[in-house]
Amino acid sequence: MTNRIQHTFKALQAKGEKALIPYIMAGDPSLDVTESLVLTLAEGGADLIELGVPFSDPIADGPVIQQAAERALTSGTTLKKILSTVRSLRIKTSVPLIFMAYYNTILAMGLEKFCTEAVSAGVDGLIVPDLPPEESDELCHATRSAGGPVVIFLLAPTSTPERRNKVSKRTYGFIYYVSLTGITGAQLPDLNHVKKNVRAIQKLSQKPVAVGFGISTPEQAHHVAQFAEGVIIGSALVRNIAEHHQDPTFLSNLKALTQNLKTALR
Amino acid sequence: MATYPDKHGRFGKFGGMYVPETLMPAIHELDQTYKKIKRDKQFQQEFQTCLKNFVGRPTPLYFAERLTKTLGGAKIYLKREDLCHTGAHKINNTVGQALLTRRMKKKRVIAETGAGQHGVAVATVAAMFGLEAEIYMGTEDMERQALNVFRMRLLGSKVTGVNAGSRTLKDAISEAMRDWTTNVGTTHYLLGSVLGAHPYPMMIRDFQSVIGREARKQIVTQAGRLPHCLVACVGGGSNSMGLFYPFVKDAKVKMVGVEAGGHGIKSGKHAARFSGGRSGVLHGTMTYLLQDQDGQVNLTHSVSAGLDYPAVGPEHSFYHDSGRIQYTSVTDKEALAAFDFLSQEEGIIPALESAHAVAEVVKLAPTMKKNQILLMNLSGRGDKDVQQIANMRGIPL
Repeated sequence: MTNRIQHTFKALQAKGEKALIPYIMAGDPSLDVTESLVLTLAEGGADLIELGVPFSDPIADGPVIQQAAERALTSGTTLKKILSTVRSLRIKTSVPLIFMAYYNTILAMGLEKFCTEAVSAGVDGLIVPDLPPEESDELCHATRSAGGPVVIFLLAPTSTPERRNKVSKRTYGFIYYVSLTGITGAQLPDLNHVKKNVRAIQKLSQKPVAVGFGISTPEQAHHVAQFAEGVIIGSALVRNIAEHHQDPTFLSNLKALTQNLKTALR
Repeated sequence: MATYPDKHGRFGKFGGMYVPETLMPAIHELDQTYKKIKRDKQFQQEFQTCLKNFVGRPTPLYFAERLTKTLGGAKIYLKREDLCHTGAHKINNTVGQALLTRRMKKKRVIAETGAGQHGVAVATVAAMFGLEAEIYMGTEDMERQALNVFRMRLLGSKVTGVNAGSRTLKDAISEAMRDWTTNVGTTHYLLGSVLGAHPYPMMIRDFQSVIGREARKQIVTQAGRLPHCLVACVGGGSNSMGLFYPFVKDAKVKMVGVEAGGHGIKSGKHAARFSGGRSGVLHGTMTYLLQDQDGQVNLTHSVSAGLDYPAVGPEHSFYHDSGRIQYTSVTDKEALAAFDFLSQEEGIIPALESAHAVAEVVKLAPTMKKNQILLMNLSGRGDKDVQQIANMRGIPL
């Protein structure tokens, strides 16, 4: 089974490019805006897009994404409504879409029901930050039965070699490497250290490695793209959207920003 | 009889390790270290010595004669955890984990606190063992437990207010987990209740089981038999699990856990997970959780900061479903009445948390026979609550 995520990484590899993976919070400030943001990011050159599913207690996130989740919940965002947004987006774009959801939000819907609906809506991948491989048998079983979405696991600077092996085997599409020991939106540490760890993971696995947490500028993205197959940009983008989404020229500015980031990865 | 948790850290379907990858190696390290020290005689001896000479154990088991007479039913015994150093059972666990922190060669501990009792117990052991400590506390709780905030600072700990969400215990735990994720190499998360990812619920239960082991011996010595019923309040559930666990295999001993009913179950403003909660994952564990249909965690309410939490220890969920422990709730109003009642009947001012257990005893004792024994865990003393209660009654202090 190859899905859109694998296909995208293969196509990029053939062109000698790296993947630009923006993260936005679904429903911040509203799902209508989310829909136009996804289309703009895709037009600007985003290769895959992560959609955050808001949760009341996001333990892996820093203040920027916590506040985005609060705004999204206040605007009435639910997992069901996000799935409807994806259905509507799928008529307009084929960019791979990945949900980043805390486990309780998908448990509440029911794992089987969630997977079935996610596949039919056109969700390609799923990242669950509070679900280590040890606890993921039920979810992986449900995704296999439904034919998707594929589960992407994370590695961190603290991961032991044994865990690197385990995660590389179990993840699908790519390996999400957390650049720093901390939460989203923290300061990016020494890039040489990130490089060393990414190289070690690449020795274990053929799967692409995308690096997230703490990357905010085209310059940083460019550096990371020298050794990783993809770059995830979250908090910086979420902050930008929160501060400027009401500007009349916001969508064209966002498109230009995305193009700049993508240029840095070519 | 199987022992729980199993090797995956599960109590039946509850428990587990639902934490971000960054924390997994630390969780495994903790699990390994705890397995070692559990069998290490030297560690256990150090722990017992600390409990005896620093905490002041064993705590008395007190026959509440006047209370028994007034209620006119079962004989009521109180396990006096309120007489522990720092005023509550919380110190049993913090002494154990401080020793463990030293074994892991970590220099810094962090913790969450609701009522401030765990925070004070952490600040105390941090001072005693020479550890750096930072305590996270919701800003709403800092207001209602200002005295404990001052005590923690007096003991040399840093207290950091958490302004997110409901600004109570739940948010303090989330923030402590974020700190741990950032400083995991140098820091031990000194969790205060039988919550969180494995091995915390098991480890904290074991450290608190000293309550039940002592109580079991004491009641046999004093009354010549086991009690008919045990009663304890349940927030996260560490004082209750500490009392109940050594009696779990005594099939004839009934156990009642008392949750915070807040303004009443129908009002929706409460923290009674077993009346309206369902299975979910929060803060590293699968357990009964107060949540909406979309899996968002509900805001809870209780007059008692220490019971004001939307989830409960996973082992409680297991015993709830198996029927071994019964759970009930009492309202703020009932707990406040019990607070005055015990103060005036027995000369013991209970913590507002423990007053919930007292309220249940007031209901239960008269329905029992005079030769039956009701043993309640008086988990903490009420000095910390005096200011809040005076405020509620409009009395300036």
